[in-house]
Amino acid sequence: MKKLIITSENVKFLQKINELADQDITLCEQCGTCSASCPMVAEMDITPSQLMRMVQLGLKEVMETKAMWVCASCYTCTVRCPRGLDVAKVAEALRQVYLRKALDYIEIKKIPKYEFVSLPQIAIVSACRKFTG
Amino acid sequence: MRIAYYPGCTLKTTAKNFETSAIAIAQQLGVEFVELPRWTCCGTVFSLTSDDLIHHVAPIRNLIRVQEMVKRKQVDDEKRILTLCSMCFNTLKRSNLRVKENIEDLKKINNLMYLEEDYCAEIEVIHLLQLLKEIGFDKIKAKVKNPLNNLKVAPYYGCMILRPLEVGIDDPEDPTIQRDLLEALGAEVIDNPYKKVCCGSYQTVNNKEKVAELAFDILTHAQREGAEAITTCCPLCSFNLDFRQKEVLKKHPDFKQIPVFYITQLIAVAFGLDNKTLGFDQNYVDPKLLLKNKGLIK
Repeated sequence: MKKLIITSENVKFLQKINELADQDITLCEQCGTCSASCPMVAEMDITPSQLMRMVQLGLKEVMETKAMWVCASCYTCTVRCPRGLDVAKVAEALRQVYLRKALDYIEIKKIPKYEFVSLPQIAIVSACRKFTG
Repeated sequence: MRIAYYPGCTLKTTAKNFETSAIAIAQQLGVEFVELPRWTCCGTVFSLTSDDLIHHVAPIRNLIRVQEMVKRKQVDDEKRILTLCSMCFNTLKRSNLRVKENIEDLKKINNLMYLEEDYCAEIEVIHLLQLLKEIGFDKIKAKVKNPLNNLKVAPYYGCMILRPLEVGIDDPEDPTIQRDLLEALGAEVIDNPYKKVCCGSYQTVNNKEKVAELAFDILTHAQREGAEAITTCCPLCSFNLDFRQKEVLKKHPDFKQIPVFYITQLIAVAFGLDNKTLGFDQNYVDPKLLLKNKGLIK
């Protein structure tokens, strides 16, 4: 098994995400309720509880995972977490860390014109808010 | 009774039929929607990060418009703003709660919009379903000319009117408000656990296949219980459950299409209102045949 050493860099990352999400992520006890409740979990590479664990340990590799981008902010995990944590806010904090580098996760230009014509504005605006920096 | 009404962008385009039918049924119940002057987009999604105040400016600015309407005596309800779209409801209500609970945030936002009058944080954001419950399902029942007898309807709630807890209008695990309303209209309600499962929301923009899969689960579950139609009150749920049936059919050729109504459209049918208010031409799966077969429209 790989030995895990928590450095000050790891602690700093956890603190930043705690601050952005306004959560004490160390409270997560890995019960898995969020993962079991998530309607998008089948699309994810790591589950919401694994995402929480990686943030707890301050592992920046979590930024390379797909899970936070697949989250639809449906708040099912939010209402069910027995520790009162808001995983949706943690996912948003991670997205923001990425997007604030003025990077986009999706290319709006690549969405076909026929899709744009039929999509409601609330879909386009929310996708831009969640996926573009 | 005149109440301040915030339509939001989509109610003016792809969900125009939601607005038309809502205004018409409200009129029958003695409520007049007074549209906010110079309303702007609410931002659609509530900004979840602690340090991001700028995205609360748009929701709060819209609430200032309500204060102005109250001062000008343009509305009778002096404390509330009505929304139809679930996403607008969630965003406006959560931003409102944030500034009500954080006086420093309120000060900063007021300073930022220093040429606007200050927001006093006294307005309350409500959803149409709350207003209908308040009016009373008995009163709604008394207006029914065309009971939806034998129509088997599965209500679908989606996320934004239920979660998180502090903004939800009903039990987030077992909502019943649409069931009670539909029963008042005479419909046979098919209550099922998929009524609160997310439709995929904005993922429809970049992952429509997954959204179609979620729609397939939600719709076929209701169908297995006997549902002939679905009701929603969110233009994005409506798009994902109705329009994405095209993608559902591509992947599941045996899937039988099912009409998706805005709840207000079915109330309008039950009230016997004319076709113009129903706006069925904007629904993707045509609901007219089903309603004709049930003798509910001509």
